[in-house]
This record gives sequence, C-alpha cells and structure tokens, in this order.
Amino acid sequence: MREISFAKALDEAVAEEMRRDAKVITMGTDFTGDPIKEFGPDRVRFTPISESVMTGMGLGAAASGYRPIINWRSVTFCFVAMDQIINQASKVRYMFGGQADFPVTYRCGTGSGMGMAAQHSQSPHSLWMHIAGLKIILPSTPADAKGLLKSAIRDNNPVVSFECSRLNPITGPVPDGDHLVPLGVAEVKRAGTDVTVVALGYYVREALAVAEAFALEGISIEVVDPRTLVPLDVDTIHASVRKTGRLVVVDEAPPMCSAAAEIAALIAEDPASFRALKGPVQRVCAAAVPVPYSPPLEQASLPRRGDIVAAIRRVLAAG
Amino acid sequence: MTLEAPKLLTMLRDMIMIREFEELAMKLRAAGKIYGVVHPCSGQEAVAVGVCACLTNSDRITSTHRGHGHCIAKGADIRRMMAELFGRVDGYCKGKGGSMHIADFAIGMLGANGVVGAGLPMAAGAALAAQLDGKGDVAVCFFGDGAVTEGEFHEALNISAVWKLPIVFVCENNLYASNNAIAVQHHITAVAPHAAGYGMPGVAVDGNDVLAVHQAASTAVARARAGQGPSLIECNTYRWYFHSMHDKPPPETRPADEVALWKSRDPIPRLSNDLMARGLLSPAALQQMRAQVERELQAAVTFADNSPFPGVADLLTDMYAPDAART
Ligand SMILES: Cc1ncc(C[n+]2csc(CCOP(=O)(O)OP(=O)(O)O)c2C)c(N)n1
Ligand SMILES: [Mg+2]
Repeated sequence: MREISFAKALDEAVAEEMRRDAKVITMGTDFTGDPIKEFGPDRVRFTPISESVMTGMGLGAAASGYRPIINWRSVTFCFVAMDQIINQASKVRYMFGGQADFPVTYRCGTGSGMGMAAQHSQSPHSLWMHIAGLKIILPSTPADAKGLLKSAIRDNNPVVSFECSRLNPITGPVPDGDHLVPLGVAEVKRAGTDVTVVALGYYVREALAVAEAFALEGISIEVVDPRTLVPLDVDTIHASVRKTGRLVVVDEAPPMCSAAAEIAALIAEDPASFRALKGPVQRVCAAAVPVPYSPPLEQASLPRRGDIVAAIRRVLAAG
Repeated sequence: MTLEAPKLLTMLRDMIMIREFEELAMKLRAAGKIYGVVHPCSGQEAVAVGVCACLTNSDRITSTHRGHGHCIAKGADIRRMMAELFGRVDGYCKGKGGSMHIADFAIGMLGANGVVGAGLPMAAGAALAAQLDGKGDVAVCFFGDGAVTEGEFHEALNISAVWKLPIVFVCENNLYASNNAIAVQHHITAVAPHAAGYGMPGVAVDGNDVLAVHQAASTAVARARAGQGPSLIECNTYRWYFHSMHDKPPPETRPADEVALWKSRDPIPRLSNDLMARGLLSPAALQQMRAQVERELQAAVTFADNSPFPGVADLLTDMYAPDAART
C-alpha cells in the first residue's frame, strides 16, 4: 500500500478510469497535472468559463454514449449552472421514464478553512441531497477519495463528488490496484461503545482525533463516516446508535436543513434507534453565516474540536 | 438540393400530422383527457419538418416546451406521444413526463424541455459525442426566440464554435415569448446576427416555407457533418394560437391583423399547392393523406385510452439506473 495525498488519489481515480474506458472524457476550465499528455485533447477538454453549458453538455454526452467527468473546480462556480443541475441532471432520467441513463460525474472542491472568504468557502452538499435524483459522495481519506470517485465514474447516474479542499494535501494509505469503494456504504472509521459520532468530510479526521483523546479517559467513541450522502447508508448509522445510545453529528455546513439535520431526523423517526437514545442528539455544525475571511472569525464560524468535545460531553451527561 | 417526390410527400404528411395532432390535443385538453399544460405549435410545422428531413435516427435533437412537432418530425410514434399526454404507462415517459417532456432516445429525440434555453447545452453535449464518434452524425437544437436572451444560448454557441462541434442551432422566431413581443425583450430583434459574434454562419429563413427551411438546414447539416462546425438558422414563423392552455384556451392578446397575416402564410397549403402545381399531388391524394392522418390519430387516442394509468408502485421507479456500477 502506498501513502499518497487526497489530491493525488483523485487524479489517479480519473486517470485509471480514463485508461480503463475510452468513453470516459473530462471537461473543465483547468486540470491538475497534464492529463492531455496521456489522453489527448479530444478526451480532455479545456472549456470556456461556461459552467452552465459544460454541466448540460455532460448530460447530452452521457445520453449519447459517453461517460463525462465535469470538473466545476470550486463548488462556488456550479451555482451559475443551477438550471442544468436541478432542473436537468437530477430529473432527466425519471421524467423521461427511465428511457436513458446519464452516467456523468460532477466534481467540485468544497469546504472552508483556507482563508478564501464567503463565496469560496461553501459546503452545500445538503442542497444537492435535497434534490431527488443525484447521487452524492463526500470522501474523507485518500483511499475513499480514490475508490469512491472511481465508482462514481462507473455509476450510470449523475453523481456529484464533493472534494474537501482542506483534505487535498493530507496523505494516507491507498490500496494498490483497482481500488473501488461502493457508493452507499458507510464505514465505521473507529469502533466504540459509548458515543456515536457521525462525521462528514474533513470532520472525520477531527472526530478521530477527539475520539483518541476520549479513549485516554476510558470513553469509547465510535466514528461513522457515511462517505456517500445519497444513497445514505442509514443502516450503519442506526446500528451504531442502537449500540451506543448516543449520537453527535459533525458537519461543516450550517445546521439548517443540513446533512446533520437529516441524520438526526432519521434517528428520531426510527423507533428502535429512538428508544436506544439515552439523551438528545447533538449537532456540531458551522455558524449560519457566510464564512468570513479574517482567521479568528473564520475559525469561529467552523466546527472546532472543542465543540465536538463539548457535544460529546453533553450526550454523556444526558444519560 | 432537390428533393424527390416521396420525400416531399412525407414532409407534407408530417406537417399535416403535426397540425392535426395539435388541433386534437387542444380539444382533448379542453375535454379533460389531457392533464396539465399544452403548448401547441400549430403554424410552425415547417420548421420541425424542414429541419428533421435532413436528419437520420443517429442524429440527435433537443426540443422545447412547444415540442410535439419536433417529436413527430423526428419520427416519434404518435400513439406513445398521445399516451404520454394522457398520463398513461404506455406513454414515452410512462406518464411521468407529460407534454413538456416527451422524449424518444431510440430515435435521437433527447427530450422536450420545460426550461427555456436548457436544451442548448444538452444538444452541445450530444454534438460533442458525435464529434468524438467521428461518424458524421450531428446534433440539432430547436429553441424559441425567448431562449436567445438566456445565457445558455450564448454559452452554447461559443463553446460549439470554439470546438467546431457538429451542431445546428435552429431558432423558431415566432415573435413572442409568452405574451411578450420580441421587441420588448431584445434590443436586436433579429436572431441570425448573433451568429457573427461567434464566427459561425447565421441565416434567416422564411420559417413557413418548408423547402426554404430544408434548404438552409441541408447546408448547415452538411457543414456540420463535414466537420466544419456549427451554424445558426433563424426561422421566422408564428404560432397560430395562445402560448399555452390548461382547461380553456386563453384569449388572444396579439393584434388581429398580425394573426390574420400569418395565418395566410400557412405552411401546409404552401407545400401542397406547390406539389399540385408540379403534378406531384392530386386533390384526391391529398384527401387520402388527410384521411390517413385522421385514422392514425384516432388509433392513437384509442391506444392512449386503453393504456392504464401508472400504479402507485411506479412512483419510485426510474429514479436511478438499476445496474449501479458498471464493471
Ligand atoms: C428559464 C425559464 N424562464 C421562464 C419560463 C416560462 N416560460 C415558458 S415558455 C416561455 C416563453 C418562451 O418563449 P420562446 O422561447 O420564444 O418560445 P415560444 O413559446 O415562443 O415557442 C416562458 C417565459 C421557462 N419555462 N423557463
Ligand atoms: Mg417565441
């Protein structure tokens, strides 16, 4: 097994899938590395700064036999392509009665914590969760990034890949060979018995660090990484909560209508999980503000380790 | 390009079919057989037919909210179209799409679209696929004058020109977008001149003259097939009726003399009279053709009526491709 960065793992995923299937093409305003060198200018397309057309072209090419990877680069820019994402990508298969498949992957960098200020520090994955018809991945490690993106490219549906920018330089072990992580399968990143922490994206690392510290106190934290937000592996979350009886959800997005809200609601609605709860579910989310630029303000807007610790202590204190 | 008699007669038949389909759809909507909204394209038949006569099943088109004509001209089965309008399982979209979303991917009809301008990017994607396939197929994008004021129009023209995509942009300029006259919304009311900004040929044609439309489309399609890139064709035409109807046709808001003028330019007699003058069609043959269209439409209504409504169990089907990961 090699140790590679999150960013390199994503690049490898694209390159391997392009090598494997000549129908895989990629489009974006820029690329990391020099994919044209290996794959040529027909399959690697530098686009004008026209996110709407590139997003829709992904669907048109997908319906015509190709497997496009559309790179929005920052999630910020895909908002000018909302029509193609919400009115088209999420709906075309269903509204045409399943006549055609649309195997297209939309990639975007997301998240905050890089001093990029409000427009370039967004975590809107729950927006897309809300729009029925898209699949959504949100990896937290280099291995998951590679394996999930490869599965996304092979999937016959529009998949949005949220790639947390803060994770790009982080390295980790990635299995050799054709490493695939199936969509819709969560991973228990650390097994535990006292508290379940469901963490998303960058916050899986933070949750693991917090769990390590609690272990010194003899408190056993289970860290669950959903990895895919749609379809969400609800069973793994239920199983963990039914075991620990306590749930903290950590999400880089603001709390209202968030992935964290959805996970909390799923637990509250389920009789067995609800009965298992020893106290109220806690969410640790970003502040509901546009992310500010100045470092102390930016830090204050994000979930911090101390917030996760405090939430865990609250659920422990509740019962 | 000279057209053979059988082709000309097919074009005439297709225009009559579109006209009669729309007349019937309006009646069936008023009668409550069709649900939702209908945007009839009566009066504009020559655009769809003139353009699609240049295409094969491996060429792909995208369409608009006013899309029945494009479907029929591309060769869709009117029985399945009617069943879709009726919301039945044998409709093209199993009743999940309705009038604004009829598609037939098997014949390269990538869908009507309820969002103005949204078909242009998808058509450009189909053109990219055709370019990569390298078999000389093309994409055609139908859109209204209203789409020209959307950003997607400009993005699609630009990228198609930059990449020399095999695509033909066909604007149905019917002088109105909903109830707004084109002059209220466009500083330059002609559409063809936009092509110059993207370095592609742009021509305006009489959109009620199916042969003129066909001629312009043939040139543009040949250019696209030869790898010479995109073209824009502005077809000047007019819708005979309201923008859209639910249970009752809304009142006419356009000037009566304008409506009358355009009705006098009916594309159907223009072609049939021409064919008669050339000895290619007799009044009796025209009568037969109309009777055949009528029979087919009645059969389509029967087919649609006999098709069941979808069951509640169908609500959640067709969301995602069944075989998720292709290995
Ligand atoms: C993006 C968007 N804005 C508004 C509408 C509402 N709408 C439906 S059709 C239409 C007029 C379109 O005019 P045009 O493109 O000229 O086509 P026509 O109806 O004349 O065939 C409008 C405004 C829409 N469907 N999509
Ligand atoms: Mg119009």
